[in-house]
Amino acid sequence: MSEHTSDAAIWVKGLSKSFGHGPVLRGLDLVVTWGESLAMFGANGAGKTTLLRILATQARPDAGTVMVAGCQLSRQAAAARGRVGVVAHGGLLYDDLTCLENLVFYGRLYGLPDVHTRGLAVLERLALKDQAGRRVRTLSHGQQKRLAIARAILHNPRLLLLDEAESGLDSESLAVLRTVVAEWTTPERAVMMTTHNRELGHAWATRTVELSGGRLQPAARPALDTAR
Amino acid sequence: MSRFLRTVLALAWKDILLELRSRDMVVSVLLFGFLVILVFNFALKPTPRQVPQLAPAILWVSFVFAGTLMVERAFVREREQGGLEGLLLTPVSRDAIFLGKAFTSFLFMLMVEGVLLALLALLLNFSPFSVILLATLFLATLGFATVGTLFSAMAVQTRAREVMLPVLFFPIILPVLVGAVEVTSRALAGEGAAAAGRWLPLIGVFDALFLVICPWAFGAVMEE
Repeated sequence: MSEHTSDAAIWVKGLSKSFGHGPVLRGLDLVVTWGESLAMFGANGAGKTTLLRILATQARPDAGTVMVAGCQLSRQAAAARGRVGVVAHGGLLYDDLTCLENLVFYGRLYGLPDVHTRGLAVLERLALKDQAGRRVRTLSHGQQKRLAIARAILHNPRLLLLDEAESGLDSESLAVLRTVVAEWTTPERAVMMTTHNRELGHAWATRTVELSGGRLQPAARPALDTAR
Repeated sequence: MSRFLRTVLALAWKDILLELRSRDMVVSVLLFGFLVILVFNFALKPTPRQVPQLAPAILWVSFVFAGTLMVERAFVREREQGGLEGLLLTPVSRDAIFLGKAFTSFLFMLMVEGVLLALLALLLNFSPFSVILLATLFLATLGFATVGTLFSAMAVQTRAREVMLPVLFFPIILPVLVGAVEVTSRALAGEGAAAAGRWLPLIGVFDALFLVICPWAFGAVMEE
C-alpha cells in the first residue's frame, strides 16, 4: 500500500464488483486528495452509484482495497461512516417527522452534542429554517433534496459523496448546493459527486472523470463551457 | 447514559413518534385482534369450566396474528421511506439498530396484548391479574419481538415478505409459543405459582439465547 494512502480522502486500488448480469467495476483505481472535488460522469448502469455505495460502506467490493477518510473499509467501516456524508437518490428522511425532528434524530445517531442547535444551524445554512416545523411529506421536491443535503452535512463530515444531488433542483436550490460543494472543496475536506450534467460537473468540480467499462479515465471537457 | 443506550432510545423514540403521527399499525392490529377474539368467542361459546382449555388458545392465536402483523411492519416503513439505508449510513452499531427496533415492537405488542387480554377476560369472565400470566405474557412477547424483528429485517428484502415472514419465523418461535400456551392454561386453571412449571424458565432461556443471537445475526443480514 502506498505511503500516500492516509493523505487521500479516497484511495481505491483494484476495485472490482459484479452483479448477476456481469462485472460493473473492473480493477478500478482512484485517488481523491483532500481539497479536491471530483465529478464522475458515466452512462446509466456504468456503475457510478455502485462505486459511491461502496465508498459509503453500503456495498462490499468483490476485490480491491478501499480507504475512505483514512479508514480502510474492510476493517474500519464504522469509523469511516462518521467521517462521510452521503446524498443518495432517496432523501433517507422520515416523511412523518418534521425537518428538525429528522435532523435531531440523525444527530443523536451521530452522537452530536446539542443536536437541536446544530439542526437549526444546518437548516438555516440550507435556507430551510422557516420549514423546521414542517413534516417532510409536505415539502416540495427541491426542499426535500435540500433537507437531504442538510442531513448529509449535519455531522460536519470530512468527505461528501453526492449521487446526482443536483437532479430536479431549481436554480435557488442549485445555488445552495453549489455553495456547499465549494465549502467542502477546502484543504481539510473533499467532495465526490456523480452527475449526468457535464457542464455543471466541469464548472463545480476541480477534476472530472468518466466511468466506462468498469474503469475511470479523465473526462473530456464539453466544447462550450457555459455553466462556468 | 451510554452512547449505545442513547442510540437505542433515539430509535425507539423515532418509531413511537412515527406511530403516533400515522397510527397505521397499532390501531389496525388492535382491530384485527378484537375481531379474532370476538369470532372465536362467539364460535366456541366457552362455558366457565372450559375457560382454562379454550382461553389460552384464543388469546395466543390473537397475539400471534397481531404480533406477526406488527413485527412485519417494523422494517416495512424503514424500507418504504429509505430510512434503513439512512440508519446504516450512520456510525451506530447494527446491534443498537436491531435492539431499538425490537424494543419498539416489544412495547407496541405489549400494549396491544394488554388490551386484548382485558377484552377476553371481560368476555370469558376470568381475572387477568395473575403474576404468572403477566410474566408469561412479558417473556413470550420479548422472545416473539426479538426473533420477529430479525426475520422482519430478512423478509423485508424479499418480494413475498408477507409469506416469507411466517414461514421463516414460526418454526423458530414455536417452543416459546407452546410454553406460553401451556403456562397460560395452568394459570387460568388456578394452579398459582406452580403454573410456571418448567415452561416459564424455558421461555426465559430462549429469550436469553434470542437476545444474544439475533442482534449478531442482524448485523450479518444487513451486510449488503
